[in-house]
Amino acid sequence: MPEEMPVLSMKRITKVFPGVKALSAVDFRLFKGEVHAIMGQNGAGKSTLIKVLTGVHEQDSGEILLEGKPIRPDSPLAAQKLGISTVYQEINLCPNLSVAENIFAGRQPTRFGGIDWKEMTRRSEELLKRLNLVIDVTQILSSYSIAIQQLVAIARVLDISSKILILDEPTSSLDETEVEQLFKVIRFLRDEGLAIIFITHFLDQTYQISDRITVLKNGEFVGEFRTEMLPKLDLIAKMLGKELSEFSYAADNDQRKRAFAIAGKDAKNVLNVKDLGLRGSIAPFDLNLNEGEVLGLAGLLGSGRTEMARLIFGIDGANQGEIQVKGKKAAINSPRSAMMAGMGFCSEDRKSEGVFADLTVRENIILALQARNGVFKYITTRKQLEIADEMIKSLAIMTPSANNRASQLSGGNQQKVMLARWLATSPIILILDEPTRGIDVGAKLEIMELILNLSRQGMGVMFISSEFEEVVRCSSRIAVLKDKAKIAELNGEDMNESSIMRTIAGGN
Amino acid sequence: MSRKLFASSRNLPILVTLGLFIVMFGLGSIAFPGFFSIQNFLNLFIDNSYLLILAVGMTFVIISGGIDLSVGSMLALSGMVSASLLEKAHMSPLFVIPIVLLMGTALGLFMGYLIQAFDLPPFIITLAGLYLARGLCYVVSLFTISVKNNFFQAAAHAQVNIIGTNFLSPGALIAIGVVLIGFFVSRYTKFGRTVYAIGGSEQSALLMGLPVARTKIATYALSGFCSALGGIVFTFYTLSGYGLNGKGMELDTIAAVVIGGTLLTGGVGNLFGTLLGVLVYGIIQVLIVFQGTLNSWWTRIVIGFLVFVFCVLQRLFEARKGATLGRNTAREPAKAAAGR
Repeated sequence: MPEEMPVLSMKRITKVFPGVKALSAVDFRLFKGEVHAIMGQNGAGKSTLIKVLTGVHEQDSGEILLEGKPIRPDSPLAAQKLGISTVYQEINLCPNLSVAENIFAGRQPTRFGGIDWKEMTRRSEELLKRLNLVIDVTQILSSYSIAIQQLVAIARVLDISSKILILDEPTSSLDETEVEQLFKVIRFLRDEGLAIIFITHFLDQTYQISDRITVLKNGEFVGEFRTEMLPKLDLIAKMLGKELSEFSYAADNDQRKRAFAIAGKDAKNVLNVKDLGLRGSIAPFDLNLNEGEVLGLAGLLGSGRTEMARLIFGIDGANQGEIQVKGKKAAINSPRSAMMAGMGFCSEDRKSEGVFADLTVRENIILALQARNGVFKYITTRKQLEIADEMIKSLAIMTPSANNRASQLSGGNQQKVMLARWLATSPIILILDEPTRGIDVGAKLEIMELILNLSRQGMGVMFISSEFEEVVRCSSRIAVLKDKAKIAELNGEDMNESSIMRTIAGGN
Repeated sequence: MSRKLFASSRNLPILVTLGLFIVMFGLGSIAFPGFFSIQNFLNLFIDNSYLLILAVGMTFVIISGGIDLSVGSMLALSGMVSASLLEKAHMSPLFVIPIVLLMGTALGLFMGYLIQAFDLPPFIITLAGLYLARGLCYVVSLFTISVKNNFFQAAAHAQVNIIGTNFLSPGALIAIGVVLIGFFVSRYTKFGRTVYAIGGSEQSALLMGLPVARTKIATYALSGFCSALGGIVFTFYTLSGYGLNGKGMELDTIAAVVIGGTLLTGGVGNLFGTLLGVLVYGIIQVLIVFQGTLNSWWTRIVIGFLVFVFCVLQRLFEARKGATLGRNTAREPAKAAAGR
């Protein structure tokens, strides 16, 4: 590829949101006829960068040059007029209109003052044929799969004539053949000279399709690399912001010992998952959890950790496999049935799926227990206070009283309230999805200490965290996930950060 | 196109309505002597002309994902203003009719503007419009104003022969014209297609660069225009203006549109369905008149029941569509491969 002038260059882009520096002096270049992947963990600034480019946000400083000329789009529409088009994961087309109309909406060909449906159908078929897609374009969009809808979205922006095509997580709900079909189209468009930005969490796909990778971390530019010059392991290290040599190989003895101790006293199995899976969410996996064990789930963002937890807890319905709790088959098809089977689940999204900010600490703690007992077995206020006070004491929740609103508590303490809610139901299995995210270091340590304490009391805990370090420190066994599948289990001496990374980079 | 119009599952609800109408007409013909006649069919258009006109405007609003509760009061207000200008100010119909149409359009435009510019729920804004227009009727006059104007008298009594001696009223002809124009606009203009797009997904329509704001406001203006026209046709029909006219008619209109297969969630529906919905509404009334012993409130009971049935039917059709989605997914990659 000749190093000519880039079709797009973003220079020293800075964007500050109240309290967060989302981007600080990030550089990005894009050339004609290349697929450029932007990689980074949660909060790296990928989506902010794209939103600045597409006019959703305005940068605080820095400039954007399109074909050498400075631009400053103020809306997605303005960006599209400049030739910067985006196809989103959740498709922005109208499901109730026909495929042809979706391609031509707003630009329908007319004849005798009315829309010429025949011409529109003909031109749509022609356009889609270029993308290797032969379908009945008069059918409504929603009668086709997401994969085809995406191609329709691409056809639409191509007809508007684009210079830059942004594909935002296009493959996350596609199966393998569909991904291959999409990649064929992407390669075809690249060879025609289109500049394509590709955003994905799938490592392998990045290596399959991209020519160049830009890595961001915490809003900062880490580097721009030719894909073939950047080994996977290096990419992961750069995304996590650590050099491989930095990782300590020293094992945490306490936790190793415990792992062996558990294995020694033929621990009772509390959860046994066989071949559980959901198409488009996570590939079928086996998993087991023993009494008093902390099973860590490690993987990059989007690797399927949360999906795994949601499937086990019955939030998403699995389309295959079975779950056994304490050796007995459990029909888990809703969070309620999971709760009845003795599970507890703390969501990663504390704000919208966890704590009810307007309820008091007591009400928040009592929720799950009351739900399990049913409305007719009302727990008296006195009893509620007793339980709440006990929890506040044993988890050291910092609140003036049980009757204060949850919104007045710090993030770490809200997290403890959520934990308390599930502990009040005395579960035998506790699933914690990112319990340490967004809370300060001290609170993190406290939460991790709590987890270890709970496991010592015999609870089976599944612990999810983006920080491999935390997973290693807490777990007695680690399941590694990658690209929406469980790829390995690590125990004993293998439980350290570098072997997690090697496992993710290696694989297939 | 006609094959597709009837083959596609999208039109199933309309086919059901058509079937229902035919069954009702058939049953009536068997049960009551003198029921089956071309004139009796044409009477459905004559007696429901104003409802049909309101329903056309309402169809656009509902397809865009909105609702217009003001149409009944707007019809009354238009009738009152017409009657008052004709009889008290002695203005010529040549001026009265355009003034009334303009007033209706302007009120619709105003409501549309509030809904769009301040992102307010259509339900509340048009409810306010309902009260406002109803109240204004009594500002014009507390009592019935009967219309003696020659042009209106002529329009009320005129009969336009259609087949042999079977006839339609001028009001019914206007209504049929409005349906035809409405059909053309909904299917063959960018405005019409944008209404559908907004109903399907307003967010997407915006990102696709469609003129969402302008179109949404225009649908309410269109509905306002139709209400005013409906008011004039209603005055042809009753030859009077009265503040209580068209009370609850907004709900009859919505019911007819829903029975005609338009989804209240927006994005799906068409004007032939609406026409059929109004005819079904009309024939229920005729059947009850022929039956003789039931009072006219039974119309409401039957309509209520039908709306229940149709809402459930629509859900079932949607579920069926969900099932076809799976089939298409499986089929398409193979088809695409064949195309290479």
